[in-house]
Amino acid sequence: MSSGRPIATTRSAAGMPTGRLAVWWVIASEIVIFGGLLASYVMYRLAHDAFAEQAAHTNTWIGAFNTFVLLTSSLMAVQAHKAADEGDGPRAARFLQLTAAGGLLFAVVKAFEWTDEIRHGFTITSSTFWSFYYTAAGLHAAHVLAGVVILLIVAASAKRSVELHRVELIGIYWHFVDVVWIFLFPLLYIAK
Amino acid sequence: MSNHDAGEGHAESGAHAHHGPYVRIWAILLALLVVSVAGPLVAALIEHRPTAIAITLSTAFGIAVVKAYMVVKNFMHIDFTKRFVPYLVVTMVLFMVLLFAGTAPDVMKVKGLNWEKPAWIEANAEAAAHPAGAHGAHGDHGESGH
Amino acid sequence: MATQTMTAGAAGEAHAAHAEQTFWQRYVFSTDHKTIAMQYLFTGMAMAVLGGFFSYVFRMQMAYPGAEVPFWGIVTPAAYNTLITNHGAIMIFWVAMPVLIAAFGNYLIPLMLGCDDMVFPRLNRLSYQIFLLSVLVLFSSFFVKGGGFGGAWTVYPPLSSKAEYNLTPGGSTIFLIAVALEFVAFLMGGINFITTAMNSRAPGMKMYDIPMVVWTIVLASILFMGSVGPLVAGAVMLIFDQTIGTAFFDPNRGGDPILWQHLFWFFGHPEVYVVLLPALGIVAEIITVFSRKKLFAYRTAIYVAIATCVLSFTVWAHHQFIAGIDPRMANIFTVTTLLISVPVAQMMLVYIATLYGGSITFTTPMLWALGFIATFLLGGVTGIFLGTAGSDIYFHDTYFVLAHFHYTFYPIAIIGSFAGFTFWFPKMFGRMLNETLGKIHFWVTITAFSGTFLPLFVTGILGDNRRIPDHRIYPELDTPMLNGLREFATISMVIMLLVQFVFVFNVVWSLRRGKKAGKNPWKANTLEWTADSPPPHGNWKDLPRVYRGPYEYSVPGRSEDYWPQDVPN
Repeated sequence: MSSGRPIATTRSAAGMPTGRLAVWWVIASEIVIFGGLLASYVMYRLAHDAFAEQAAHTNTWIGAFNTFVLLTSSLMAVQAHKAADEGDGPRAARFLQLTAAGGLLFAVVKAFEWTDEIRHGFTITSSTFWSFYYTAAGLHAAHVLAGVVILLIVAASAKRSVELHRVELIGIYWHFVDVVWIFLFPLLYIAK
Repeated sequence: MSNHDAGEGHAESGAHAHHGPYVRIWAILLALLVVSVAGPLVAALIEHRPTAIAITLSTAFGIAVVKAYMVVKNFMHIDFTKRFVPYLVVTMVLFMVLLFAGTAPDVMKVKGLNWEKPAWIEANAEAAAHPAGAHGAHGDHGESGH
Repeated sequence: MATQTMTAGAAGEAHAAHAEQTFWQRYVFSTDHKTIAMQYLFTGMAMAVLGGFFSYVFRMQMAYPGAEVPFWGIVTPAAYNTLITNHGAIMIFWVAMPVLIAAFGNYLIPLMLGCDDMVFPRLNRLSYQIFLLSVLVLFSSFFVKGGGFGGAWTVYPPLSSKAEYNLTPGGSTIFLIAVALEFVAFLMGGINFITTAMNSRAPGMKMYDIPMVVWTIVLASILFMGSVGPLVAGAVMLIFDQTIGTAFFDPNRGGDPILWQHLFWFFGHPEVYVVLLPALGIVAEIITVFSRKKLFAYRTAIYVAIATCVLSFTVWAHHQFIAGIDPRMANIFTVTTLLISVPVAQMMLVYIATLYGGSITFTTPMLWALGFIATFLLGGVTGIFLGTAGSDIYFHDTYFVLAHFHYTFYPIAIIGSFAGFTFWFPKMFGRMLNETLGKIHFWVTITAFSGTFLPLFVTGILGDNRRIPDHRIYPELDTPMLNGLREFATISMVIMLLVQFVFVFNVVWSLRRGKKAGKNPWKANTLEWTADSPPPHGNWKDLPRVYRGPYEYSVPGRSEDYWPQDVPN
């Protein structure tokens, strides 16, 4: 697999490794996807007073707990990066698995939160606020779940101490997912 | 936790990033999280409405920006990549500001300029904003909401 | 870790071992950038045939309303809507983008930068596979209940979001999914292009030694990436509106259809420049080679391309002047729209200044490049009427708009592609195209193209609306003059389609009987001409070094009038 890697991949005329460069471009393309959705949300939120009434029904404590979970998993990801830089693959793998566990916990909490809200009649079609709520948080949750899968794959290779540079790359992505939630949390939960 | 050796960082961006005091940064992030949740609760106690809104917005969004900056700087090591990466990120955010600036004058204008919005549309929109099945029975959503 | 120590020669041997591959490994599941480029190129050409056939059917309906169209039958209003919608979407998303960006980008970027492949070959293959999937998804939309989507390629809600309005409940959702998949494919491809261009240049190649076409394809990829995000989000919102009954764009329930228009055109207008820029780059390469001159103001041309990118983010609402947008914003968007004509005009002046005093040879690719400049100028100039809010209110949704954007897109997508294809054909397949057939093809195509769209400017000024499937029910649109112009346009258009058989014959004949091309038939400077024709897997035995810029033609004091980038002195 690695013998088929072209020479092009090993060059770094821009002064940084190819993988890191590409991950930043991925993040650039993600910024505009989330940015477009959140800009639309903010416009509606400011224009319609009904949004504030509906937003009052979201549960700040669950949102805050999930923020805590994601921030902690980010800490684990960056510790994995540090371990990988020190060449300690198995230690990096353990931290990555903890990161993935954080992501899964986030998804489970979200599942319970949504179940509760749907039982109270707040479904995606209830009003435009709830449509945005489920769409934005759902798009973010999809990123979390995709991240968990990639984290576990990278952890498996890091355990054997191969391709350790990947640890940093998945970390950058994971922190980005964290940053998106840092903005979603006040937008959907706090500002009432 | 390595010391901050500025010279090395400039010479070799392809090498490992500087690893800072991650646990301390994480603790600061958590403290900021507590402030951002407490802010609106404090604001709810304040009678003066504009002050309350100012507190809510600054604690919610001001702190979100600070938190995001800390994560991007310390965890994503944006200052150890080449200079164009922060420029790229800022450019993408600016595009979104541009989108907002061009779109908001239309989308946020619920009332027209030279036309009347028919009353039945208002009525429908009102009905849609207050869904039937969503009344009451959410006391366990532990939130004062104002 | 072995890769880091592997020398270029060893890589060449490693690649030689790949020679004994099965047909499937070699042509279908290959990760080689040239194979993927060919896959994109031929998929794009096949889609162009389909899009061209659609336009033939509805143009026949325009000229001979109600008559039975050969190879199709009677054109019903619903079929008419589906045909024009899919013609537009196919030509932009499944022809212009795969051919101009993906095919030429995949083929040229590694070869022009002197590296053996893209930086992420498997991502590259996945990008094509997702693109192919999007094609199949689009095809499937034609066969569901209600048929293919017929609400125009702009997918405006509420027409697109409510089945009771568009009558294509399945087709409209499948259409959106196909477009979204296509975006995913091009985001992947774009990241690959950008990373390759930034990181994998040959040793010695500086920023300003990169050929124009690589610059423009990479800038186009960045532009695409920066503008498409809001539309991806918007597409998700619209699919939810269609399928599970949310009300993001439903004014009746608190949504706003204008929001979709903004999200769409925030992408849709930069998209024009996404396809324009690669065509500009291709033309720049061809003009320098065939006038044996340095590209006039190479750095300025790059800055101009960047300025076009930045400005293109600020002009989008000129598509919505009659949509009920804020009149004050219409003023702003008029100004920015007229402003963007400055860098584009500057680019045209760069080409004309390059031609000035050159020793010009009128080969087929050069004719296509000159044809691009001539026709695109007319397309750009007519845009000024539409970019100005005052006159756009009169012209909006007439055939004038249609003729205008065909006078921009046709030079970009068709003339630009033919220019690039005929120019790099010797490199791609190792044989020369027949010049006589190529010139016949060029002159008939460009004459018939003008014959098709010049009359439509006139019908547009006379007030002909472009959404009407049958003009006979509007007496004021059923005059002898309008009908004559429509018929003239349709006949020209059929001639234009028929003459493409000359091109197909030329390609097939040249592939077998064409003159052997050799490495550098045009005596050009850029790196791809130093590889074998066609280049083997891995492109070079020893990867080249670069010593100078790409446009050192007719340098005084040298015996030859060109100076390849990889020659030390």
